[in-house]
Amino acid sequence: MRHFFTILGHEIRALLVNPSTYIAAVLFLGVMGFVFSEVLDVYSKIPQETSPAVIFFRFFPIPALFIVPLLTMRCLAEERRLGTIETLLTTPVTTTEVVLGKYGAAYLLYVGLWACTSGFFYILYRFAGDARLIDPGPMLGGYCFIAVSSLLFVAIGVFASSLSRNQAVAGITSFTLLFGLIVGLHYAIQLPAVQTALPHPVLSVLGSAEVLSHFNDFSRGIVDTHEVLFYLSSTALTLIFSILSVEAKLLHS
Amino acid sequence: MNEAATPAIEVSRLVKHYASVTAVNGISFTVARGEILGFLGPNGAGKSTTMRILTGYLAATSGSVRVCGIPVSTRADEVKRFVGYMPENNPLPEDMRVNEYLYFRGRLKEMPRKRLSPRIDEVLELCDLKRVRHRIIGKLSKGYRQRVGIAEAILAEPPVIIMDEPTIGLDPHQILIVRDLIGRLRGRMSVIISSHILPEIEVTCDRVLIINAGRVVAEGTPSELRREVLGQSSYHLEAQGDVDSLVHAAQEVEASLAVEQIGDPDATGFRSVRLKTRRDDDIGELLLRTFAADSRFRIRALSREHPTLEDVFLAATRRSWDVVDTPGKGAPANGE
Repeated sequence: MRHFFTILGHEIRALLVNPSTYIAAVLFLGVMGFVFSEVLDVYSKIPQETSPAVIFFRFFPIPALFIVPLLTMRCLAEERRLGTIETLLTTPVTTTEVVLGKYGAAYLLYVGLWACTSGFFYILYRFAGDARLIDPGPMLGGYCFIAVSSLLFVAIGVFASSLSRNQAVAGITSFTLLFGLIVGLHYAIQLPAVQTALPHPVLSVLGSAEVLSHFNDFSRGIVDTHEVLFYLSSTALTLIFSILSVEAKLLHS
Repeated sequence: MNEAATPAIEVSRLVKHYASVTAVNGISFTVARGEILGFLGPNGAGKSTTMRILTGYLAATSGSVRVCGIPVSTRADEVKRFVGYMPENNPLPEDMRVNEYLYFRGRLKEMPRKRLSPRIDEVLELCDLKRVRHRIIGKLSKGYRQRVGIAEAILAEPPVIIMDEPTIGLDPHQILIVRDLIGRLRGRMSVIISSHILPEIEVTCDRVLIINAGRVVAEGTPSELRREVLGQSSYHLEAQGDVDSLVHAAQEVEASLAVEQIGDPDATGFRSVRLKTRRDDDIGELLLRTFAADSRFRIRALSREHPTLEDVFLAATRRSWDVVDTPGKGAPANGE
């Protein structure tokens, strides 16, 4: 693991000098800022029961679906397209270190972008001067959910990037996989046809993979170890598949 | 382990199949420490594949490869520490500066931080890259990029350096610099270079390996190869007068001399004659003395012609195509 930090540092640097990162960041903060102000707009008209943080974090699929593919589509696909993967893997670096380094950089950047949204809450607190609007429970729960669920989302993006040498294909693949996981699964389970066709244990397994229901728990301040374990284990699995995918491409080249 | 005794690279009966193609078919060779080996072959002969297997990047189908005595197939991680590799087309990240790139690569190659910056200065100096050290690699010209690749390969001072077509796309002046650079490594590092530019290989390399269709078709020093593959040397002379008697006089000196070509007389009546012989040693002086003593003809020039590596290369690869294409005759002994 001694090269992990070398690669991590290199990747963070590469992301920070890349204009597409800044486009993604501006897009992200613009959209989330808009969402936040809309949420406040609704609150200013009619009093609501839940805290604005809950509503705000409910919009997490938008950045997960659009920003994650933007940040990750490049990482392995670009190396393969340029051929620099060859120079990279002929140094004493293992594939695991390469994949983990790239994953770590993308994850840190994505979570860093989310951390910037805490500024919205600060501004609200500072100018509204109303402590009731800032409910620390759902807010912390929301950020925890983002930190934990992003582990899996970014891993899926890295995996998609390991499948193709074309960035666009990698981006669309990761969008599709994320959409299937976050939105598709949620609706598929509710279909009557699916409910009758699949046996109960399978349904309960699929149900426990439902990201939206995890979000509801987290935003209520419940941190369920089952759910955390789900994200950790599926992240590990996805990363293992990414490593295998990079190595398989070498074996069958 | 005895460092000096083990050859830098030992390849024996190396075979690599891609899905349906056999890229490398039973290649065996060794490279001594400090030796520069030139790797020649037409496109698709298996040069790049062999080099990639040597670096541990690709796995061989069968056969064994040892770098500094360490088997690549089972201990690839250790082998990677001994090899500096510059792939074909020299892929480089587009958005890094030259010195940043070298620093990153040095760290990946496990060079200590303290030693790294002086070493980077050194290779930048060696490769004449000082002026562009703060430039972005993507904006450099081909010649500079190529030298960045070479600088990167020699950065960690590995005992073995493998370069796939290092001089491709360079202008003659830059080729000269690269040739000097590789020449300076002689004795300290073992180098394998592949190239299409044959005079390049001839000047730089101690030994040449010609492969075709995945097999070694000729191996040896450039002069050995000339002898072995072409088996003849030729003399060019410009003579005036009775050419037939000149040929007779020549054949009295060396019976195997035969006329290869006689040109038309020019304005002064001299014509060019080309003779070839199977004899290895230089008989130029003997011939000159014989011709000078004879009054039937006059000689203006006589020179021994050196077949270029190009001729050797063409002859060797043609020969191997003949062998490969002749049905029933079988391939030249390739082990088993």
